[in-house]
Amino acid sequence: MLIVMLFLYLPILTLIVLSFNEVKSMSVWGGFSLKWYQELFQSRLMMGAIVNTFSIAILAALIATVVGTMAVLGMAAMKPRTQNTLLGINNIPMLNADIVTGIALMLFFLMVGAPRGYMTILFSHATFCIPYVILSVRPRVNRSTDRLYEAALDLGASERYAFRKIVLPELWPGITSGFLLSFTMSVDDFIITYFTRGAGINTISTLIYSEVKIGIRPSLFALSTIVFVVALAVLLAVNVRQSRADREDNTLQTA
Amino acid sequence: MAELIRLEGIVKSFDDNIVLNGIDLSVDENEFVTLLGPSGCGKTTTLRIIGGFETPDQGRVYFNGVDITDMPANKRPINTVFQNYALFPHMDVGENIAFSLRVKGEDEKTIKKKVADALELVNLKGFEKRRIDQLSGGQQQRIAMARAIVNEPKVLLLDEPLGALDLKLRQEMEYELVRLKKELGITFIYITHDQEEALTMSDKVVVMNEGYIQQEGTPQEIYDEPVNAFVADFIGDSNILSGVMSDEKVVRIDGIDYPCIDGTEEGFPPRRKVDVVIRPEDIDIVPYGKGLWNGTITSKLFIGVHYEMLVQSETGKIEWLLQNYDQHEVGEKIGMYVDPENIQIMHKPKSEAEAAIEIDL
Repeated sequence: MLIVMLFLYLPILTLIVLSFNEVKSMSVWGGFSLKWYQELFQSRLMMGAIVNTFSIAILAALIATVVGTMAVLGMAAMKPRTQNTLLGINNIPMLNADIVTGIALMLFFLMVGAPRGYMTILFSHATFCIPYVILSVRPRVNRSTDRLYEAALDLGASERYAFRKIVLPELWPGITSGFLLSFTMSVDDFIITYFTRGAGINTISTLIYSEVKIGIRPSLFALSTIVFVVALAVLLAVNVRQSRADREDNTLQTA
Repeated sequence: MAELIRLEGIVKSFDDNIVLNGIDLSVDENEFVTLLGPSGCGKTTTLRIIGGFETPDQGRVYFNGVDITDMPANKRPINTVFQNYALFPHMDVGENIAFSLRVKGEDEKTIKKKVADALELVNLKGFEKRRIDQLSGGQQQRIAMARAIVNEPKVLLLDEPLGALDLKLRQEMEYELVRLKKELGITFIYITHDQEEALTMSDKVVVMNEGYIQQEGTPQEIYDEPVNAFVADFIGDSNILSGVMSDEKVVRIDGIDYPCIDGTEEGFPPRRKVDVVIRPEDIDIVPYGKGLWNGTITSKLFIGVHYEMLVQSETGKIEWLLQNYDQHEVGEKIGMYVDPENIQIMHKPKSEAEAAIEIDL
C-alpha cells in the first residue's frame, strides 16, 4: 500500500516542490522562490488558459446540471422499462474512450459548420458531463420522493410549490455532487478539448501540451500545482458532502 | 346524517389489470368508514381516487353533491395520512405541520397557534423543533395525523396508518384515533387489511375483494351475517362449510341435517347448494350423543381467555374449529350442538364471469 501511494503521489510531490525552485532545473534545488508563480500570473497566455479552463468548467457544469436534472425528472415519469433502457444508453458515453468522443464531436462541429473555439469546447464539456449528473441525481428520485410530492399536493400545494419546497430539497445533494463532479471532469479534460478547440484558444491542459513541445518552463509546474490543488479541494468537498449524507441516511434508517 | 361523499360506478384499471370493477359507495358526514380487504383488493386505489391522486376510467366522485372527479388533489377539502407518513425529512416537526397553512398564506401568529394546537391534540406538545428522524414510529404517525388535520379538512383519508407499528402501540393508537375522530367531528375513511382494526373503530365496514365490494354494514352485521364465504373467512375465525338445503329451513352438511332459520323466503329453497358459516364460539360442547353430531378432539390450544380445539366429526372428513371456556382433553369424544340462529346460510360466491355479466347490465 505504501509503495502504491509512493508511486502515485511522489511524482506530484516532486512537481509541487519543483514549482517552488529558485533555479530553472529539474534536479538541483536552488532555494525557495515564488518567481515561477509570478511569471505564471504575468503571462497573458497562461492566465488566458486558466480563465478559459475555469469559466468553461463552471458554465459546462451548470448547463450539465440543469439539463441532467431535467432529464432525470422526465425519466421518472416514464415506464420502468423505458427508464432502464435510457439509463443504459446514458452509461455508454461514460465508458466510451475520450478520443472517440472527441473526434466524433469534432466531426459533428465540422459537419454543422460551427466555428471551433470557446463555444464548441463549452458545448462538448456540457455534453460529456450530463451522464454524470444523471447518474448522481437519479438515485434521489424514487418512490419516497413521489410520495412526498403527493403529500405536498394533498396539503394544498400547487405543483410548482410542491416541487420547489419538497422535491428540490430532496434532490439537492445529488444535484450538488453532480455539479462538482462535472466541474472536475471538465477541468481535467484534455483529449476532448484538444479536438474541439479552435486555433488561438487554450485551456490549461492544451497549453501545457503545446508548451511541452517547445520545452518545459517551471511556471508550468506552478500551473499544474494550482490545478492539482483545485481538483483536490473539489474532491474533498464531494467526499465530505457524501459522508455527511450517508450519515443522515443511516440515522434515518435506525430511527 | 347527510351524505358527504358518493362514488358511482368507479372502474379503474392499470395497463390490462382491472383493479376496480364498478364501485358504488356512499359515505355520510361524520362517519368512520373502513375499507377492509386483502392486499390487491382495490382499497388503496379507491382511496387514491377519493384523494384525487388517480382518475377513474369510468364513474364519478361526488363531494357534497358536487362532481369532483376531475378536481386535482390540491383543490379538494380532503387530507390524507399516508401509509409511510410521507413526512418532509428536511423540515422539522413544526414546519411539517405548518405546510398547508403556509400554502394558504396564513399569518405567522395563526400558524404558530394552530401548529401548537394540533400537536396538543395528538399528545405531542412542544415537539415543534424536533427533527423528523429523531421521532419514533408512533410519534411520526401522530405528526402525520397532526399535519393532515391542522387545516381542518372535511374528510380525512387514512391509508393503513397503523401498519408499521407494533401490536401494543397499534391498540393504543386505535383508541387515540377514535378519540380524535370524536373531538374533530370530521369524516374518516380508513383503509386496513386488519379485521380487528376495522371492527373496533368503524361505524361502517366495507369489505372488498378483487375490485368488488363484497359487503358493507356495521361491524356487528359484517361479523354476524357475512353474505358470503369470503367475508366470513376474512372477518374472524370461522367454520365455512359447503352444504345443501335438504328441506325447508333445514341444511344438510356432511350427511347431518341442521335446523336453521333461513328458507325459501330468504332465497334458500330446498335443494339449493349453499355455503354455511358457523362461528367457533357458537358451537356448544354437550355429552357424547346428546348433541346434533359427535366428534373426537384432535388438538387443543390455550389462547388467553379460551381454549381453541379442532374436532374431527364422526360422520365425515370435516374438522370443526371450536372455541370454549371449559377444558377438554385431546382424544375425548364429545357431542356438539349449535343454535339454529347461529347457522348463517350464504349464497355461493359469485363467479367472476357472473359478476362481469352483472356489471354489463
